[in-house]
Amino acid sequence: MAAPTPSMLPQLLDKHQAQLMKDWLAGQRAAGVVVDVESDERVRRFIAALRQGASSNADDVKNADWAAARDVLEQISRERALKGSTPVETVMFVFSLKDPLFALLRRECGSDADRLAREIANAMHLLDQLGLYTVEVFQKSREEVIGRQQEELLELSTPVVQLWDGVIAVPLIGTLDSARTQVVMESLLEEIVRTGAEIAIIDITGVPTVDTLVAQHLLKTVSAARLMGADCIISGIRPQIAQTIVHLGVELDVISKATMADAFAVALRRTGRMVVSRAGNGKGASKAENGDKAAGKTGAGQSGE
Amino acid sequence: MDQIPILKIGDCLLVSIQVDMHDRLALQLQDDLTNKIVTSRARGVMIDISALEIVDSFIGRMLNNIAAMSKVLDAVTVVVGMRPAVAITLVELGLALTGVRTALNVDKGLELIRHLIDDEQDPDDRREE
Repeated sequence: MAAPTPSMLPQLLDKHQAQLMKDWLAGQRAAGVVVDVESDERVRRFIAALRQGASSNADDVKNADWAAARDVLEQISRERALKGSTPVETVMFVFSLKDPLFALLRRECGSDADRLAREIANAMHLLDQLGLYTVEVFQKSREEVIGRQQEELLELSTPVVQLWDGVIAVPLIGTLDSARTQVVMESLLEEIVRTGAEIAIIDITGVPTVDTLVAQHLLKTVSAARLMGADCIISGIRPQIAQTIVHLGVELDVISKATMADAFAVALRRTGRMVVSRAGNGKGASKAENGDKAAGKTGAGQSGE
Repeated sequence: MDQIPILKIGDCLLVSIQVDMHDRLALQLQDDLTNKIVTSRARGVMIDISALEIVDSFIGRMLNNIAAMSKVLDAVTVVVGMRPAVAITLVELGLALTGVRTALNVDKGLELIRHLIDDEQDPDDRREE
């Protein structure tokens, strides 16, 4: 756009600012852009910024002369992204300026078709770039929101609970990827140090699928806990997952139990404790020493309380 | 050149590594330790690495080696006090130290060694297992 005659955009914006603002706001309303009390101020700031950018003759909006215009757009985009507007609604803020601006240009140029074409092409080029920039910022803001939520989810989803003196458990919920494994591992090991636990139960009831990668991650966690001097028990293996593990040929080289209750019974036995029924009706009394089946039955009843 | 002290507690040897291990120091430790096991007829070796913040694959292998050497000399090795970050690093390096027994702290390590030695000394127990 290296026009020999300088663009008429700056003078035009100066001269018809009030009219343009009114038309633009009306256009925004028609296009479904949210118009609120701050719109007036924003529109004024953007027109001023546009004027500043246009008068610099730089036709790339990444240029420093357009910093003010970019600021306004960034602010709007971010706000809209957080409020949950659609990208179209957001970008229409810029594009709705086209109609009033082009009308203004046509009136100003009169019958000079050549000049009109040049001015419109120029203005369109600028507004398109600004529009694209708005979308870009919008997208980025949304991604920031998603990233933050993921982080929060990561922290929320890996609690380490103490079941008994020396026995801790990690109920895993959701898919186990490497980022989560890292968090699980860290919090588990920290907790082992803090509580001096000898046995850690990793419960995978809430893990939807176990493939080779997930199994590898599990084994890593188990190895790390072992290095700290704690034994791991993996519990909550559903029938389907047991089948998958065997079909994949994964070797889970650790103690595994079907339910958390079974694992807890093992943990108690290992730490030299047992659960005795108070009534002494004989059924639950010797459970911690009995075979796994008996322990499973009474253990399940216990955890259901 | 500094040296890592080897302390004798009953029939156990306690090695507390408190400086950053460089390779020569590690080799010397292996030397000293095997000598000491033989001369003191120790049954257990406890290596405390709670002060170590950095453990590389060389140190990992050294721990494995010490465990294997002690085993040949009929002594059990227990590594105690590993830090969480160190454990994660070793696992990521693929060094699970499968030949080494571990415990959380010196207290539990001694308990474990006592337990292991008792198990070995009682042949009836072993047959039952």
